[in-house]
Amino acid sequence: MAPALTVSGVRKAYGPVQALRGVDLEVGTGEVFGLLGPNGAGKSTLVKIACGLVRASAGSVWICAEPAGSARAQASLGYLAELFRFPDWSSADELLALHQRLAGSAGGARERHELLELVELSDVSGRRVGAMSKGMQQRLGIAQALIGAPRLLLLDEPTSALDPAGRRTVRTLLERLRERGVSVLLNSHLLSEVELVCDRVAIIDHGLVVAAGSPTELSRPGGVEVETARGVRRYPDARRDDVPRIVRELVAAGEEVFQVGMLTSTLEDAYLEAVGRAPPATHDVPDEAVA
Amino acid sequence: MSPLGELRAALIVARFALRESLRRRVFVVVGLLTVVFLALYGLATWQASKAEDDFGPNEFGVDTGTVVGATLAGLAMFVILFLGTILAVFLTLGAVRGDAERGLLQPLLVRPLRRRTLLLGRWLGATAVCAPYVMAVALAAFGLTAALGDWWPDRTLTPLLTLAFGVAIIAALSLAGSIALASTANGIAVFMLFGAGLTAGLLGQIAEALDSGSLSDVAKIASWALPFEALYQAGLADLTADTVGFERLAIDLGPFGGAETASAGLWLYSVAYLAVLGAGAVAGFNRRDI
Repeated sequence: MAPALTVSGVRKAYGPVQALRGVDLEVGTGEVFGLLGPNGAGKSTLVKIACGLVRASAGSVWICAEPAGSARAQASLGYLAELFRFPDWSSADELLALHQRLAGSAGGARERHELLELVELSDVSGRRVGAMSKGMQQRLGIAQALIGAPRLLLLDEPTSALDPAGRRTVRTLLERLRERGVSVLLNSHLLSEVELVCDRVAIIDHGLVVAAGSPTELSRPGGVEVETARGVRRYPDARRDDVPRIVRELVAAGEEVFQVGMLTSTLEDAYLEAVGRAPPATHDVPDEAVA
Repeated sequence: MSPLGELRAALIVARFALRESLRRRVFVVVGLLTVVFLALYGLATWQASKAEDDFGPNEFGVDTGTVVGATLAGLAMFVILFLGTILAVFLTLGAVRGDAERGLLQPLLVRPLRRRTLLLGRWLGATAVCAPYVMAVALAAFGLTAALGDWWPDRTLTPLLTLAFGVAIIAALSLAGSIALASTANGIAVFMLFGAGLTAGLLGQIAEALDSGSLSDVAKIASWALPFEALYQAGLADLTADTVGFERLAIDLGPFGGAETASAGLWLYSVAYLAVLGAGAVAGFNRRDI
């Protein structure tokens, strides 16, 4: 099966400003792919090119083997923009019905009910958009993006207006979509969320992919930290296998060891390093303690 | 997408635009304003008719009833075109750039919907509101003129159609402008175009009064560049199509643009104008990043 999204050598210039300078990436079927980067890095531009809202200056983008912007590509994707609004006079149900008609979805009232239930809005299906909170509108936006069972979902900051419970709802939803084989390109600033839900991540900065891989691959080992009576000792090059030896040597040297922790960088560290901002040295993750 | 599928999608967009007009109570506001206008128009017609009766038969043999009726109906046509223009502009001024800036357009454009289909749908939606509106109000104004002033235009259908076609062109101009201009700038630009059309009509009158060929040429070029003005002039002319003499002259040199009898060429030209305007708008929209 063709990848859900293939981006090849995409460049985009807005006058003298180079928003994208040759981006390549691929999102496989059923993969949740995170797109990270600072403001102005080119993430939203890339998503908009994939949606056909913005024309690339060079390169190509394919949605399920169809050129981005074509009717077939549009039929395969769902999109939630970072800055979106729905007509405030329309009810949630009316809005979804409009998108069903435009998408050619035959799902009818059943699909609308299922989608509203999925985003926990089924009890307010008749409420006007204007009377909904921003978080409710964002969840309605996700339901709208899922009309017609798209193969690829492009979500640009989908949880920016959501409270923690709403974010968890979206995370659960993304996991369910992955199980159904739906691919997701998630553009988010919430690194913890991306780390929790994404299979792979690309970090974009100044229009280029500066790092890519799974969150685990991007998070590097950072050594070993040992808490002794004389203070904390760090062994930056040590690995897990070195822990017994380190503890043995310290005890042999008369040190009292209270705790040993493996140090790993978080996705945040990897992100900050990739975009050229100095990350804090490391975060310790207590792994094992030695009395 | 097949042409039939595209038309179907355009009708979905048009229906949505119509529903928006209903929900936003556009019709209620416009309806109230229209009632006020018609009430004032009726009052003016009644007063003018009374004044005309007070004069009695005049020594020059001028049918003052026709002069008063045709002048008032011409005035009504101008006001109705203006009201229709306001409606057309407000329904379309932010259709592309304005809606894109507010984030309303993006969810629609990522559907399997061509940009030209969206434009067509928005134009159909606006025209479906404005064209029947101007026709209905003009008919009501003619009815008032008949009831209170005892005068009915020589032609009924063509003045109504010229108004309807005129506002359809204005809606298309506003829609095309919305691709490049922000809402406020577009609204101002379209009203300035409307004013330019009116000026062209006035220039034509002055040219006729002064017998100035060059001024007349300028007026003609301007009214063809903005064919809603040429259509309006044709509609005015049809009010007194079968009238001759001073009565005819009175409406020809009316206060809001001279009447100018049009041939079938004007209708064909207007259709071609819409088609070219539409093609240009689609080309501009297709090149635009949202």
